[in-house]
Amino acid sequence: MNWGENYVNFLSDPDFWNTLQVSLVYAGLTVVLELLLGLGMALLLVRRTRLNNFISVMLLMPLMTAPALAALMFKLMTNPNFGILSYFMQVLGFENFRWGSDPSTALLTVLMVDIWVYTPFMMILLLAGLRSLPTQPFEAAALDGVPRWQQFWRITLPMLMPYVLTASLFRLLDSIQQFDIIYALTQGGPGDTLMVFQVEAYLNFFQSTNIGRSTALLIILWAITFVLSNLFIKNWLRLRERARGEI
Amino acid sequence: MRHHTVLETWLRGLAIAVIVLFFMFPIFWIVLMSFQTNETILRSPPSMAFVPTISNYEAIFAGRLDSNVASMDIKFLGNLGNSIILSVGSVAVALLLGVPAAYAFARHKFRGSEDIAFTLLSFRFAPPLLVLLPLTTYFQALGIADTYFGLIWVYQLICLPLILWIVRGYFEDIPADIEHAYRTAGHGWFATFRKIALPLAMPGIAAAGLLAFIFAWNNFIFALVLASADKQPVTVGALAFVTASGIQYGQIAAAVVLSIAPTLMLALYAQRYLVEGLSLGAVKG
Repeated sequence: MNWGENYVNFLSDPDFWNTLQVSLVYAGLTVVLELLLGLGMALLLVRRTRLNNFISVMLLMPLMTAPALAALMFKLMTNPNFGILSYFMQVLGFENFRWGSDPSTALLTVLMVDIWVYTPFMMILLLAGLRSLPTQPFEAAALDGVPRWQQFWRITLPMLMPYVLTASLFRLLDSIQQFDIIYALTQGGPGDTLMVFQVEAYLNFFQSTNIGRSTALLIILWAITFVLSNLFIKNWLRLRERARGEI
Repeated sequence: MRHHTVLETWLRGLAIAVIVLFFMFPIFWIVLMSFQTNETILRSPPSMAFVPTISNYEAIFAGRLDSNVASMDIKFLGNLGNSIILSVGSVAVALLLGVPAAYAFARHKFRGSEDIAFTLLSFRFAPPLLVLLPLTTYFQALGIADTYFGLIWVYQLICLPLILWIVRGYFEDIPADIEHAYRTAGHGWFATFRKIALPLAMPGIAAAGLLAFIFAWNNFIFALVLASADKQPVTVGALAFVTASGIQYGQIAAAVVLSIAPTLMLALYAQRYLVEGLSLGAVKG
């Protein structure tokens, strides 16, 4: 028995580096895509009209769906025999588009589910941010004839930055630990294309009963989330103070 | 105020339509599927013209499915019952423990109180499996594997930090003067808590409780690791149902609809309460 053996082995273990890479790619892509989409949606819905309020309430629904069940819904929709999404791809000219069961499109498929579930979260937080911005800078800019896209880059975005940062860090923290969607959809497959930390650790523990490797993986994931959660909490408390102080 | 060109208005409308379609379509489609037989589901090309049937729901509520090929038991109703017991039980325990704790953290600063609050919050951010895998062993040793008690205990990792941190914010917003005034009138601290602080923080307690219920209901990994077959909630049960039945797509869709309906209803009914909790306290309710 050798202390730290599990960790030393990781250095020369291509599966470990694959897990690290897949987890980082997954977390990075989900956060960036959800941020862009969520920001776009928040900007579209920022005016408090009755229709906009109704739409933002409807958009809460994916976020209230259990991620594992959302994955199951998309599994039915991407079924090669009757799935509506498989049919769409066929109509678009992609014969045999196999979504989650093809290594080249598996990542795309889980990203789609993650985006479906969690983009509304980004939207809600950014919408709250946009609606809390003071109006004077915009009125001044409008008087000076500053074009709207420039208002966005020079005024809106800098003032919204604390919200963007907090939302992104929170999602990053969750996304690097994603389990439900990936496990329910592909169990980390096909092959090891989607072997993120928690899925790999789960399978190591229960299927190959390699308990040492499984827990070593989780400790490394914990180290990552520890750093991220400290960053998040710092940003979150500052944001919370601001929200409470402004009223 | 702002001047929009006609083209701009059209583009905005189109963008919103595409967004609504992307986010609503899966729910719409799964509901449609749940009212179809396997024959109409398997038609190609897919079509929205079909005679709706409630046979899928009947099979789930009857607990068995009789087809011309074979008949099988469906235990999904048990999963629904488990989800209700686990979620309601967890939220009740978390409120009982979390609300007084939140009050204490809000009103009585003592050495290390912030550290304790942050330690409780940090459970929310640690990888769940890091906690769950060792627990599989301890649960066997303690004899609480395969009990609602054990699961509700572990579900506190989801519910308690949430309730503690949301409700604490609400207690901190109550001006301390109001409580002082009531106490100088000769009432004890418990009466002050019960008669003054609790009613004023009620919106926050409701929001936190709802959110905790939804997170408990939607949880998958806790029960996947710790619950035996007869204690599994809908999230785990639906997946097991797919493995067991394989091709009963209509019933699977009906099971999914029954599983997501409670949280969706709650969200629509109480959306005002949820938004502050969901936006991490970054807005005032």
